Amino acid sequence: MTQALVHDARPESPERPHWNPYLAGFALGLVLLATFLVMGRGLGASGAMARATARAVETVAPTWVHENGALGSYFANGARWWDDWLVFEVVGVALGGLAAGLTSRRFRLKVEGGPRIKPTSRLAFAFAGGLISGFGARLALGCTSGQALTGGATLALGSWAFMFAVFGGAYGVAYFVRRLWT
Amino acid sequence: MMPLRPDTWVGYAFAIVAGFAFGFVLERAGFGSSRKLAAQFYLRDMTVLKVMFTAIVTAMLGLTLLTSLGLVDFAAIFVNPTYLGPQIVGGLIFGVGFAVGGYCPGTSIVAAVTGKMDAVSFLLGFGGGVLVFAGAYPLVGGFAQSGGGERELLSDWLHLPMGVVALLVVVMALGMFAGAEWVERWMRRRDARASEPPAESTHDDQAHAPAAAE
Repeated sequence: MTQALVHDARPESPERPHWNPYLAGFALGLVLLATFLVMGRGLGASGAMARATARAVETVAPTWVHENGALGSYFANGARWWDDWLVFEVVGVALGGLAAGLTSRRFRLKVEGGPRIKPTSRLAFAFAGGLISGFGARLALGCTSGQALTGGATLALGSWAFMFAVFGGAYGVAYFVRRLWT
Repeated sequence: MMPLRPDTWVGYAFAIVAGFAFGFVLERAGFGSSRKLAAQFYLRDMTVLKVMFTAIVTAMLGLTLLTSLGLVDFAAIFVNPTYLGPQIVGGLIFGVGFAVGGYCPGTSIVAAVTGKMDAVSFLLGFGGGVLVFAGAYPLVGGFAQSGGGERELLSDWLHLPMGVVALLVVVMALGMFAGAEWVERWMRRRDARASEPPAESTHDDQAHAPAAAE
């Protein structure tokens, strides 16, 4: 009896449903529009992650980072690695994601992957995917947020080329990595 | 006249608020899940495409409308500079990483803060990729900076007015949404057929099951 009451009070699988994708996209579009109207620029993610990486490596190899062609500008002329709109925006992303995960009851410690993959392999492939993406994002000067979404909305030619290239690369390789996901 | 461009720290405070909304929407769209994101590339769940293009169309129409009303100075809005070669090659590489890792940077942050350890692994890998690129910069830097870096719009490239291009983007997005809905239904039917055993054997199993239990 007590068990049944406890069970009723805390039903299993209490996750909230996802938003309708078109409504979620509309909401995201309004956030993006607001950043254009206020800041004159859009959203992003990879730039802040490159800055954080540069800062982490600075602790072990400061001279190398400061003189590096790709990372040195974050520290040039006394600039500080965190002194950029994207760094603060990404802090907000983490807070917003956490708040949404807690309120949707989707926060759960786990390794997520396809039905056929072992957790250790999934972690290794996630790292490899991150490595590949990190290289690609630095070469393209942005990711799905900073290029595809932001550049897409301002009709930037290169961002549209990037966006179709991303889908091309992903669909092109999907068949070969299907064991990871299906 | 917009953009407002507030003082640095007001801007940073706004950045946290805008980022919060961004992260919140990504989670609510289901993008804290690598399986949901990767399903886009197996045509089973086209949410990535639907959310992305609805967002692009919304912000694009807002910008074009407010610009045509004279409320926004479009020349003062940052437009990603075009480096066609690096952006296409970088995009292809990035897409491969997306399909292998199951995340892109923004979504991996949302997944990591909602407890997904594979997203933490992706983030560490991403930092590694940034470093590999930095280490390879003497070799790839020349290519990375090739292509002009001009402010070039789709409308410049197509030699059409911005409003016409915006309309074309809307039409293309609507076509893609229709295609996405169709392909999701098609894949669902296909998966249902594949998981359904042939009709005769199902009948036999049902007929013999009680006997077998006894």
